[in-house]
Amino acid sequence: MSLDQRGTFAPRPGAAPFHRMVAAQAAMEARLMLRNGEQLLLAVVIPVIVLIGGVEGAHRMGKTFAHPAVDVFTPGVLALAVMSTAFTSLAIMTGFERRYGVIKRLGSSPLPRAGLLAGKVGALLLVEVLQFVVISIVALALGWDPDVDPLGAVLAFLLGTAAFASLGLLVAGVLRAEATLAAANLVYLLLLAGGAVVLPPSSYGAFGSVVQWLPSGALGDAMRQAFIDGRTSWLDLAVLLVWAVAGTFMTSRTFTWE
Amino acid sequence: MSKPVPTEPAVAVDGLVMRYGDKVAVDALSLTVERQTITAVLGPNGAGKTTTLETCEGYRAPQQGTVRVLGLDPVRDRSDLIPRIGVMLQGGGAWSGVRAMEMLRHVARLHAHPLDTDALAERLGLGDCGRTPYRRLSGGQQQRLGLAMAVVGRPEIVFVDEPTAGMDPQARRATWELLEELRHDGVTVVLTTHYMDEAERLADRIHIIDHGRLIASGTPLELTRGGSDARTATIRLVVTRPFPPGTPDSLRSTLGSETEVTQLDELSLVLSGPADASTLAKISGWCDANGVLPESLSLGQRNLEDVFLELTGRELTP
Repeated sequence: MSLDQRGTFAPRPGAAPFHRMVAAQAAMEARLMLRNGEQLLLAVVIPVIVLIGGVEGAHRMGKTFAHPAVDVFTPGVLALAVMSTAFTSLAIMTGFERRYGVIKRLGSSPLPRAGLLAGKVGALLLVEVLQFVVISIVALALGWDPDVDPLGAVLAFLLGTAAFASLGLLVAGVLRAEATLAAANLVYLLLLAGGAVVLPPSSYGAFGSVVQWLPSGALGDAMRQAFIDGRTSWLDLAVLLVWAVAGTFMTSRTFTWE
Repeated sequence: MSKPVPTEPAVAVDGLVMRYGDKVAVDALSLTVERQTITAVLGPNGAGKTTTLETCEGYRAPQQGTVRVLGLDPVRDRSDLIPRIGVMLQGGGAWSGVRAMEMLRHVARLHAHPLDTDALAERLGLGDCGRTPYRRLSGGQQQRLGLAMAVVGRPEIVFVDEPTAGMDPQARRATWELLEELRHDGVTVVLTTHYMDEAERLADRIHIIDHGRLIASGTPLELTRGGSDARTATIRLVVTRPFPPGTPDSLRSTLGSETEVTQLDELSLVLSGPADASTLAKISGWCDANGVLPESLSLGQRNLEDVFLELTGRELTP
């Protein structure tokens, strides 16, 4: 190092340890997601409105379920929260990252692609945990009394995130940023209305036997079984796993980082 | 124990060919960049500068030829190379809602021994806009943030693509000073530019490329001196009415074979050759004899603009 003048800019390159890079990326993406008004609307405001509206609406219209309305709606709203973050928010954010050259820029930083992906997953999980806390507090205030199966709940949470995240990246990878924004919101609304997320497939009549195979229906049911019946719904979890594998396969074949 | 000083060049491009569809962007380009220098790749827009840089940065694999950076293959040895280089893209590269300092700190956290981000931001005049979201930064501020992101990881080489495009003169000077300090501290700087004054002022070595080909290489002095006669100067002649047909030949025969004549358009041309009173007198005489009224006749040292013009018959910055 004898030629080194040791000035301010004297080279001393090197990547931070992998876990530190992933943690930094996850924290950064989670912060940006929560700072964005539209994303926050999707992540927290809409699920809370759906929960309160559903419980109040059932009460006023005298609609009854096998369990109290709040016990029926809350697991579905948790499923909705996973869908909004892992699918819609992730797709929109990734679409604009591609557009603004963020992914290209990070491509010349020490963060490898695997680290970027891990950071995104970390950000999703962070935001989802936050959503779960807020929704649970509101639900408990409305008298939620769950019978929890922790294994079923955690698996539904993770497999639901994996399935929707792989589909979100698929959309972000094949469409332009604006088209991703439109498509991700549209799919979210369609699944919210007709995807058996918040209401069980049985409420959809004959159509219910179709929607239970959608990731939305499977995630909603897995959540309901885990929080209402205290059971692990292996069939629904298997459906989510198949969606996750199919989504990952298609994404890996079509996604380009730029 | 001291590390052996590496001897291979910082960058070695050999026979690089890159095509987009039918269009050849880089055409059998070969060039080297020595360590701890500032090397400018100068050329007009669309000359293939960015494409060449992006193969060095590992964004694109060479279609033909080889590229080595610090002796490594930017595609095959990507994970070893990338932490050692800094890259400033031509634009973008940040989330629209991210704050300037937040972005810089994020990139710093991805490195093992980053610079002090506050000091770096202060140095680049980003102190006042640290909390401003990226989308509300001016073009010049975005450029400076891009430069800060490129150097914050203390790289051995920085690649900067058109670093001062869109900057005001003050920011431009600050950027030049920073690049000079990088070189002083042992960093190799590779910059693309289409500003000849930037290349002339900063670069130890200049590679001029046009249509994807290397057309000249050398120090600024070597290039502007043309390697031969130090008295060579450039005379620009602008007239009020179009030149008559055959003007370049007619002028050449008047002034002698030592003088190069390049007609730019119907009203202007550039002569390069010995600059003395007799040449100027001959030009006036030629104008008189051909019924041409000079609007301006200016005399100057050859600069890179003139070199480019002589090599290509076109102006670098139209």
